Amino acid sequence: MAANLQVLRRRIRSVTSTRKITKAQELVAASRIGRAQERVAAARPYAETITGVLAELAANSQIDHPLLGRRDPVVQAGILLVTSDRGLCGGYNANVIKETEQLAARLRDEGKQVVLYVLGRKGTAYYRFRDRPLAGSWTGFSERPTAAEAQETSDSVMADFLATSGERAIQELYLVHTEFRSLIIQIAQARRLAPVELPVAESGGLRPAYEFEPEAGVLLRELLPKYINARVYAAMLESAASESASRRRAMKSATDNADDLITAYTRQMNSARQAAITQEISEIVGGANALAAAGSEE
Amino acid sequence: MTKLLHVDLVSVEAKIWSGAAEMLVARTTEGELGVLPGHQPLIGLLAEPSLVRVKRPGGEERCYEVSSGFLSVTGERATILAETCQHSEARVAH
Repeated sequence: MAANLQVLRRRIRSVTSTRKITKAQELVAASRIGRAQERVAAARPYAETITGVLAELAANSQIDHPLLGRRDPVVQAGILLVTSDRGLCGGYNANVIKETEQLAARLRDEGKQVVLYVLGRKGTAYYRFRDRPLAGSWTGFSERPTAAEAQETSDSVMADFLATSGERAIQELYLVHTEFRSLIIQIAQARRLAPVELPVAESGGLRPAYEFEPEAGVLLRELLPKYINARVYAAMLESAASESASRRRAMKSATDNADDLITAYTRQMNSARQAAITQEISEIVGGANALAAAGSEE
Repeated sequence: MTKLLHVDLVSVEAKIWSGAAEMLVARTTEGELGVLPGHQPLIGLLAEPSLVRVKRPGGEERCYEVSSGFLSVTGERATILAETCQHSEARVAH
C-alpha cells in the first residue's frame, strides 16, 4: 500500500511539472499570436498597394515577361513549403506537409518532376529523414520572419524559375502555407506563385490615363519580383501567426489533459491513503480485541 | 485654402508615415519630379538611392531615404512603396 502511495505521489509531481511547461508554452504562444497578427496587418498596406499598381500596369499595357507567361512543356515544378522551426504545435506541420504531398502527387500525375524548397526546421527534417533531396531550405526564423529573409528566399527560388536551362530550372512554382482564418481555423493552402496571375483592376467606367516613368515594360520588370517577394513575405507572416495559434491550442489541450490526470491521480492517492488508514485501524482494533479476549480468558 | 496631397510612405514591413502634404519631391530614373495635388495619375520607378522630400503645410519638410522605391500617384493620393525607408535629417541645400 505504502509503495503504491509513493508511486502515485511521484506521478502527480511529474504531471504537475509537465503542466507548468505546457501552461507556459500556451501563454507564450498566445502573446505571440497578437504580435504576429500585428505584423500581418503592418505588411498589408504594401501588399495591397503593389497589387493595385500591378493591376493598373497590366490594364494599361501589353507586355511579355518571363514571370508572366505559361511555359510549355513544364518539366519541373517547384513547391515552396512553409513549416515551423519548433514542434509542440499540434497538426500544424503535418497539415502543410500533407497538402504539399497531395500537390506533389498531382503534379507527378501530370508528368512533372517536383522540386522542393522548404522553410522551417520541421519540414526540412521531415524530408531529410526520408532522404528526399531539397533544392533549398531556410531555417531559424519561422516565428519571426523579416522582409530580408523573405527576400532571400524568393530571390533564390525566382532565380531557378527564371533559369531557362539547367538541372535546377523550374517552369512552375507553387507556394504551400497555412492561412490564418481565425484563432480557431487555420488552413493549409497551396497556390501558384509563378507564372504570376495578374491581379485584375476593378473596372469602374473610364480608366485613368496613367503616366509611366520609365515606360511600363521597365516598370513591370522591376515590380514583378517585388510582388512575388511581397506574397512570399505575407505567406511567411500568416504561417507564423498560424503556427502560434496552433501551438496555443495544442498546449491548451495538453494543459487540460494534465489537469484531468492530476485530479484522477489525486483521487486515487486519497482513496489509497484512506484504505491504508482503514486497514491500520482495523488491524489495531483486531489486535486490541484479540488482546482483550486473551486477557479475559486468563 | 490650398488643396493638399495625401501621402503614404509604405515599406514592406510597415507603414512608415502618412499625412497631408503640399508637395512631394522625388527622383525617378527619368529625373527629378515634383507632385502637386491633382497631378495626373502616375507610376514611377525611383532612382537608386533616392531622397524623397515631403513639403508639409506650414513650411515643414520631411526627408526620407528610400531604396528600391516606387511612386504611385492617383488624384489626391501619392504612395511611395519602398523596400527600406528611413527618416533622414539631412536637409538639401536650396
